[in-house]
Amino acid sequence: MIKRPISRRGLIKTAGVVGVGLAAPHVFIRNANAFNNEPTGGTVTLGFNVPQTGPYADEGADELRAYELAVEHLNGEGDGGMLNTFSSKALKGNGILGKKVEFVTGDTQTKSDAARASAKSMIEKDGAIMITGGSSSGVAVAVQSLCQEAGVIFMAGLTHSNDTTGKDKKANGFRHFFNGYMSAAALAPVLKNAYGTDRKAYHLTADYTWGWTQQESIASATEAMGWETVNNVLTPLAATDFSAYITPILQSDADVLVLNHYGGNMVNSLTNAVQFGLRDRQVNGKNFEIIVPLYSRLMAKGAGENVKGIFGSTNWHWSLEDEGSIAFVQSFGKKYGFPPSQAAHTCYVQTLLYADAVERGGSFNPCSVVEALEGYEFDGLGNGPTLYRADDHQCFKDVLVVKGKENPTSEFDLLEIVEVTPAAQVTYPPDHPMFAGGDLGTCNSGA
Amino acid sequence: MLGLNNKDLMLFAIVIAITLLAPVILNPFPVESDLAQFNAGYPDLMQRFVIFGIFAIGFNILFGLTGYLSFGHAAFLGVGSYAGVWMMKLLTMNVVPAIIVSVIFAGLFSLLVGFISLRRSGIYFSILTLAFAQMSFSLAYSVLTPITNGETGLQLSLNDPRILGVSQTADGSIPMTNFFGIAMRDGFELSMGGWLFTFNAGYYLCAAVMLIAFYVSIRIFRSPFGVMLKAVKSNQQRMLYTGLNSRPYTLAAFVISGMYAGLAGGLMVAMDPLAGAERMQWTASGEVVLMTILGGTGTLIGPVLGSGLIKYLENIFSKINDNILHQWFSFLPDGLEDFVVAIVYPFIGKGWHLTLGIVFMLVVIFLPGGIVEGGQRIGRLFRRKPPEDRNNTTTAAAPSAAE
Amino acid sequence: MDAIILQVLNGLDKGSAYALIALGLTLIFGTLGVVNFAHGALFMLGAFCAVTLNAILRLSTETIDPSRTDFLGNPLKVKTPYVENWFGPEIGGAMIEWSVPLAIVFAIPVMVAVGIATERGLIKYFYKRPHADQILVTFGLAIVLQEIIKYFFGANPIPTPAPDAFIGSFDFGALVGMEAGTIIYPYWRLVYFAFAAIVIGAVFAFLQYTTFGMVVRAGMADRETVGLLGINIDKRFTIMFAIAACVAGLAGVMYAPINSPNYHMGMDFLVLSFVVVVVGGMGSLPGAVAAGFLLGILESFASMSQVVNLLPGINQIIIYLVAIIILLTRPRGLLGRKGVMEG
Repeated sequence: MIKRPISRRGLIKTAGVVGVGLAAPHVFIRNANAFNNEPTGGTVTLGFNVPQTGPYADEGADELRAYELAVEHLNGEGDGGMLNTFSSKALKGNGILGKKVEFVTGDTQTKSDAARASAKSMIEKDGAIMITGGSSSGVAVAVQSLCQEAGVIFMAGLTHSNDTTGKDKKANGFRHFFNGYMSAAALAPVLKNAYGTDRKAYHLTADYTWGWTQQESIASATEAMGWETVNNVLTPLAATDFSAYITPILQSDADVLVLNHYGGNMVNSLTNAVQFGLRDRQVNGKNFEIIVPLYSRLMAKGAGENVKGIFGSTNWHWSLEDEGSIAFVQSFGKKYGFPPSQAAHTCYVQTLLYADAVERGGSFNPCSVVEALEGYEFDGLGNGPTLYRADDHQCFKDVLVVKGKENPTSEFDLLEIVEVTPAAQVTYPPDHPMFAGGDLGTCNSGA
Repeated sequence: MLGLNNKDLMLFAIVIAITLLAPVILNPFPVESDLAQFNAGYPDLMQRFVIFGIFAIGFNILFGLTGYLSFGHAAFLGVGSYAGVWMMKLLTMNVVPAIIVSVIFAGLFSLLVGFISLRRSGIYFSILTLAFAQMSFSLAYSVLTPITNGETGLQLSLNDPRILGVSQTADGSIPMTNFFGIAMRDGFELSMGGWLFTFNAGYYLCAAVMLIAFYVSIRIFRSPFGVMLKAVKSNQQRMLYTGLNSRPYTLAAFVISGMYAGLAGGLMVAMDPLAGAERMQWTASGEVVLMTILGGTGTLIGPVLGSGLIKYLENIFSKINDNILHQWFSFLPDGLEDFVVAIVYPFIGKGWHLTLGIVFMLVVIFLPGGIVEGGQRIGRLFRRKPPEDRNNTTTAAAPSAAE
Repeated sequence: MDAIILQVLNGLDKGSAYALIALGLTLIFGTLGVVNFAHGALFMLGAFCAVTLNAILRLSTETIDPSRTDFLGNPLKVKTPYVENWFGPEIGGAMIEWSVPLAIVFAIPVMVAVGIATERGLIKYFYKRPHADQILVTFGLAIVLQEIIKYFFGANPIPTPAPDAFIGSFDFGALVGMEAGTIIYPYWRLVYFAFAAIVIGAVFAFLQYTTFGMVVRAGMADRETVGLLGINIDKRFTIMFAIAACVAGLAGVMYAPINSPNYHMGMDFLVLSFVVVVVGGMGSLPGAVAAGFLLGILESFASMSQVVNLLPGINQIIIYLVAIIILLTRPRGLLGRKGVMEG
């Protein structure tokens, strides 16, 4: 199960070996190695599983760009990006543990089934030792449990549901991205300052797991500061036109609309809400406001002018001024000509963190990686000092509260950072009720 | 032998041989060669080939024989999958009860849907089945989440009861699916020179089930029941005038094909214990329709070929990225290399849908009977015989509309 | 009461999109006997006509502004659209702003050309083939069209706003003396509804009052006899396909400001419009329009939280539920005729 670099000469070389090999067929039982897909040659293969078709294809393409950049940097090519600013100096730019990093790619199609098929093919056929990527929580949870069973490490890409490191957490899975609870905890104080404590919120929520956990998080955080949740309406994932959900808001006495939508849903519901003049409304003597708790810059672009002045949260933004972010944006921007998205950032960072953990643990064995990552504290990767908590494999770091920019200077300049909420403020105990019910289990090395 | 005529026996023997040797046949390229990218002989994809083969064989019993085009068959596969995972959560990780329950639940659900939908024919029937399937998908994704686990898909957990098994193994992980102790993941690898072949227990279980399913389908095609179904396709009116009520026959065909779908769903979760709601979406139902037409509607082997082609494109083409392309064409001068890569790139990797669309169009334009017809044409070229009576193996060329 | 009026308006709006797509679909069914799975893709192409025109009008020259910097710290490149250079910022800006209405003019020839090319080059050969083959080939075509658009425009939605004059909403409540701000409706959606009514009316008038339309209707009723009369029905069918493509395209152009177009929007509408056509009755034009509006309105009502609280999930399935009920009580849909597509 070892995949070596494909070279032009490979074919010729192999042709020579065939004669000898046929004479001595060699049978071995699967998983005879110390752990699944143990790299024995001069290279190591990582599996990048991102949506390449379907509505999130552009986000997936951006993730893939980040992965290719990370591989370059790990192999010592390019300008090194965040390797130079990373607090750990274990990585030397000579691959991982001296092995050159290779990668294979797959298409999740943003479907749990397809994502698992694609991840399995990378594990079974290409001998990938780590799987990473994805842009939805359903896919992340599904692939995470697959990696747990198969005995490889899963470094989650963009996944925002509380469940990924809550009730569906797994020992072999790690998440750098933030979650619904953190969004709510970061947003609440900013909303309090901007809109006061006496507000009536109306929620529109995408009718599936991620939407529910985010709605629950936002509602509880805003209620804690005195807001009232007047209604929560579930909208079908397949909905494209939200007018039927927005007109009832005109009849209610709500003065804030919270859109618990992502991607295409978010673009359409926000566009529709603005079309219906919600932002020009006065209710209870206050300006009507709209909130989009989870922003994606790539997707927000689809809503055009409508995002201006609307609050939300994001994991990372290219306009951050810290050393790590600047290095990453420079590196990415020079290679591709535009700034990276938050999805690209989290994927790049996850790859580096994995490589670093292997290097520090001195082995590709998943259990060694788990040990190296658990409780690991690092800095210099764009989000300030960060902790990979051992209890649930969730990163705890600063969360950005952003607002749609009023006067963008370029097509990428859509969001402005309002506040960087410190990690302490978004930290929760591992047994918080919104995250309860799961069990990490033990690490599986597939042996 | 086996109650089959010579021709069918021959076909069945070939299918048996190909299925058993698939791990070798599908890995024609040495591991280290540039072409290894096109190898399909790894367990997951081989399992998928035969499972979707079963799905398509079952679909063909309904569509190929009776001409009733169901646009909701994925719902039965989904119901089967959910039932299978629940069995593993509640009872045991042995796949046999899971598969049996999958077939039963899919059969019951298809009985319900079929009983209602078969009151109409033609496109009205298609839309009724589509409506049932879409309702199942939407509800499974949202309201029914307690049963289906919605977006994520129903999966096993460490604290499932598993009455006849263990909730978790000694080392604290979820037990593996097995067939009386043989883990589906088990197998051995055979390395011969540059080649590496993986023989996987799960695949051979699926393959055995597929062979049985295929055999049953041949028997159905050749039985009086099958003839009756073909009569429904060619002229339902005439059957009514002769005093025959065709409904029980079509309903039986519908339920049988629903059970095939459930069997496929059960096997899917037996190989990989997660049931995602997307497998009930209309696109999944559409996929099996496309597989059947692509392979050759009404032929015995066509649906299996069609499903193989689609799954191959999905799993192999989607994984070719521009790096690999550059490696393939690295022997060309730089400028030319970039040019060739730029030409090929839109069709692979993230563009695999484009290739799929083009294949659909080309096959249906040039091979009206699907892949099977392509095979027959090639066969005829070699044999240099005048076209024989194809009704023996195919009814695809029948001019009657099949909606 | 206000809530109900608003949901009726929503339903009419949604219904007009369904009706426009279903109209073309049923025209193709009825006249050509072809199951066209590429019809949603034609709707999507229409929307991208608007996107393309917008992009063309925004083609820009780049000038370097050293006083500002971009994200990499390099001097910022300021883009000025050519049209603003040529016609001055006033007229040029207005052209960009009015790109969606302008796109109607742009889309008609494009969609007619696409329609004729598709029919002559592909669909023509499938008139006598089984419906299954038609489904496969048109589905393949739909995927190819989608992927071409994705290749050029990416997968993300692209904002295509309506002219500023249509931004904002119309206050019905104030008109009839109710409290201001209770029954308001966006101008552009009203425009869409009116536009749909005009297009639907035009298609009906064309079929009803012209000789051409008469022949086509005769062809829909009994194609073989019309052929026996020595009328060249094939040429008319080409034109009908072009018209159907054009109707779908125009529906797409005008839809672009309502929801930002993306490459798979056609597939989202495809299944629904099939349901609409069948519920209306195969081959029945009034049926398609009636079913479009009916399902649009029912869908809107089912989304009301009072209804959803009573029957959880009803908003997810209402269209399919209604389709099943109608097909079981009226075997050929609302206004379908016997023998069409039942074989």
